[in-house]
Amino acid sequence: MRTVADLKIGEKGVIVSFSDELLSLKLLEMGCLPGTQVTMTHIAPFGDPIAVKVSGYVLSMRKDEASTIVVA
Amino acid sequence: MKKSPKIALIGNPNAGKSSLFNSLTGLRQKTGNFPGVTMDKLIGKWNLETGTEAEILDLPGIYSIYPKSVDEQVVINILANPQHPDYPDMAIVVADASNLKRNLLLFSQVRDLGIPTVLALNMIDVAENSGIVINSFKLAKELNVEVAEVNAKKGIGLNGLRLAVNKTLEQRFNSNDSLPVEYSPELIDEIKEKYGDTDDYHALLWLSEHDNLKQFDTEQRVGFDKLQEKYGWNSKKFQAQETVSRYAVLNEIVDGCLHQIPVEDEPVKTWTDRLDKVFLHQFWGYFVFLGILFLMFQAVFTWAAYPQDLIDNGVAWLNQYLKDTLPESQLVNLLTDGLIAGIGGVVVFVPQIVFLFLFISLLEETGYMSRVMFIMDKLMRRFGLNGKSVVPLISGVACAVPAIMSTRSIGSWKDRLITIMVTPLMSCSARLPIYTVLIALVVPEKSTLFGIFSLQGVALFGLYLLGFGMAILSAWILKVVLKAKERSYFIMELPSYKGPRFKHIMISLLNSTKAFVFEAGKIIVAISIVLWVMASYGPGNAMQEAEQKVKTENPTLTGADLENKIAAQKLESSYAGHFGKVLEPAIKPLGYDWKIGIALLTSFAAREVFVGTMSTIYSLGGEVDDENTTVMNRMRAEINPETGKPMYDAALGFSLMIFYAFAMQCMSTLATTYRETKSWRYPAIQLVYMTTLAYLSAFIVYQLLK
Repeated sequence: MRTVADLKIGEKGVIVSFSDELLSLKLLEMGCLPGTQVTMTHIAPFGDPIAVKVSGYVLSMRKDEASTIVVA
Repeated sequence: MKKSPKIALIGNPNAGKSSLFNSLTGLRQKTGNFPGVTMDKLIGKWNLETGTEAEILDLPGIYSIYPKSVDEQVVINILANPQHPDYPDMAIVVADASNLKRNLLLFSQVRDLGIPTVLALNMIDVAENSGIVINSFKLAKELNVEVAEVNAKKGIGLNGLRLAVNKTLEQRFNSNDSLPVEYSPELIDEIKEKYGDTDDYHALLWLSEHDNLKQFDTEQRVGFDKLQEKYGWNSKKFQAQETVSRYAVLNEIVDGCLHQIPVEDEPVKTWTDRLDKVFLHQFWGYFVFLGILFLMFQAVFTWAAYPQDLIDNGVAWLNQYLKDTLPESQLVNLLTDGLIAGIGGVVVFVPQIVFLFLFISLLEETGYMSRVMFIMDKLMRRFGLNGKSVVPLISGVACAVPAIMSTRSIGSWKDRLITIMVTPLMSCSARLPIYTVLIALVVPEKSTLFGIFSLQGVALFGLYLLGFGMAILSAWILKVVLKAKERSYFIMELPSYKGPRFKHIMISLLNSTKAFVFEAGKIIVAISIVLWVMASYGPGNAMQEAEQKVKTENPTLTGADLENKIAAQKLESSYAGHFGKVLEPAIKPLGYDWKIGIALLTSFAAREVFVGTMSTIYSLGGEVDDENTTVMNRMRAEINPETGKPMYDAALGFSLMIFYAFAMQCMSTLATTYRETKSWRYPAIQLVYMTTLAYLSAFIVYQLLK
C-alpha cells in the first residue's frame, strides 16, 4: 500500500483512504479528503516531518502520520 | 435590535481574523480573561450605525468545532453553551477565499449551531493570483447567508460587512433545519429531555464532546456516557462522517460558485516557495535560525542599553531631587528609597522587553515561526519535546507566563506538560536586569573575545544558552520519568509568508508590554513597601539601640560617616536584617551574606525585585553622594568584611547569576502552571526541582571559583 510518506519531492498522489481512524478526522478537517490530490513539497532536514500541498495550501505532518494516508 | 450586540469573530488560523479585528476596532480594544481560563480575551468596539455599537470578540483560530487542543476548547466552550456570558448574538466567520472549501467547513458548523452568521470572504486577491474567481452573490444565495468581500489587511470592504451584519441582525435568520448527517431522533429527544431544550446540532455536540465542556458536571457527563452506550454511539465516527458529508454538500456549492482558471502544471514559483528553499534547507535553515536568534540577543543587549541608561540615570536623579527638595520625613523616605527605587528597577528593563516582544511577534506574524517548528520537530522529539515547543521556549526568553499559555497549541498532554515544566528555565526578561548588573560588576567591560564580541555580551549569551541547555536536559529526564502512552501529532498548516502588519505588531506590543509592566509593577510596589517597612523598623526599640550603639562605639565620628554607620547598623537590626541573618547559614556556602539573603527572600515571589531590593538595601545602608547614586556603583563599593576585598568578585557574581538562572522565583509563573495543569502538583514539583537545581549549581560554582 502506497502512502503519502512514500512520495518523493514533487511527486503527486490522490488520497484513497485513511488507515487510522483517530487521525483521519483531523486530516479531513484540514482538507485531506478522499479523491484530493496531494503533492510532496518539503522534507525536513532529518527526513521528518514532511510537508505536502493539498487543497491549495501547504500542510506539514510527521512521517508516521503521513503513512496513514493511503494514496494511489 | 439589541443596543450593543455581541459579535464573535470565528475562523481558521491564518484566515485573517486578527487583521479584521484590528481593522474593525483599531485601538478601541481591551484584553480580558475568559472566565476560568487564563487565555487572553480580546474585545473591541465597532460602530454599526449611529447609536449601535457592537462588541466584537476575537476568538482563537479553529479548524472545526471539534477541539483538538486546549486553545480550541475555549471556543467550543462558548459556542456549545447558549447560557455562556460570552455566547454571541451573531458570528462573523472569516474565510480565506484561496482555500474556500476547508474554511466553509467551519462556517457550516457554526451556522448549524443556530448562530446568525455572516461570511466575510478574505484574501480574494490571493485567490485571484492563483486563478480562482469566486461569485460571491451566488455563494450567498446557495449558503443562504450574507456574504461580504473584505480585505482585512488593508481594511477594505468594511462598509459592505457592516451592511451584511445589520441585515443579519435585523432579519433573525433561521439556521438550516436539516443537518447533512444521519442520527437517531429518539437519542436527540432523550438528550433534550435530560439536558434542556435545544436544537439538534447542539444536542449532538453535547453528546460527542461532553467531556470537554465546562457546562456539565460529573454526574451529567456520566449520563452522557450512559446514553452513548445505550445507542452505541461513537463520537469520532460520527464526527468523521459528518465532516465527509459536509464536504460533499460544500463541494457542490463551491464548484458552482467558483471558477478556476487553469494554471500551468508547473505553477510559477511563489516567494514562499523560494524562501522555503532556504529556510527549510538542511544546513541554511538552521544557520538562518541561529543567526536570527543571535541578532535578537545582540539587539536586546546593545540597542536597549541606550534607553536603559537614560531611565537608570533619570530615576537616580529624580530620587536625589526629591530628597533634596522635600522636607526630610519617613514618608519621603518611603517614597524615594522604597517606591521609586523599586519601580525604577522594573521600568529600566521595559526597553528590553519591548525588543524581545517585537522580535517574537515579528517571527510569528511573518509565518517564519512555523518553519522553525518544522525544522526543529525531529530534534526536539528526542528530548521529549515537540516542534511546537520551540515557540514557548523562545517566548520564555521574554516571559514564562505567556510562554506557558502558548503551549495550548500542543495537542499531546505529555509533550505539553514537559514543555510547561521546563519553560521557566529559559532566561526570561526579568532575569535580564540581574544578569546585567552582575555581569557589569564582574566581567571587565573593555575585554573582547577574538577582538569583536564584547566579553560581557558573550557572558550574557552564555547564560541564555545555559538556561536552554538545562531546559533540554530536564525535558529529557522528564521524558524518561513520565510514562504516558499518548500520541502526539504534528498536523499543522505552513502558512505562506506575509509581510508584517506594523499596526498589528504595535497593538500587540502595546498590549503585552502594558500587561507585563502592570502585572509585575503591582507585585514590585507591594514588595517594595513591605521591604521598606521591614528595613526601617525593628523589633522593640532595636533601631534606637542601634543608633545609640554606633554613637557610643565611635565617639569621634561626625557628619556623613556617622550617618552611614548608623544606617548600616539600623538595617542590620531591622526586621529585614533579622530575616537575612536567619537565612545566612543556609546561603553561606553559596557565598551570600545576609543582605543578599534579604534580596533572595523578597525576590522569591518575583525575581525582578532583586535589583529593586538591592537599590533599597544599599540606599538605606550606603553613602549617598553624586557618584554613588546608581545601585551598581554602590554594590561595587561594597567590601567583604571577612576578606577586606570587594564583596562582588567573580565567584559571588557567577554564583548569584547561576542561582537566578535556575531558581523558580516567580509567583505568576507558578500560578500560570497551576491554571494550565489544573493541579498544584506540577507547580510544586517545578518549585522544588528548580530551587534545588539553583542551590546545588550555585554552590558548585562558588566553591570552584572561590
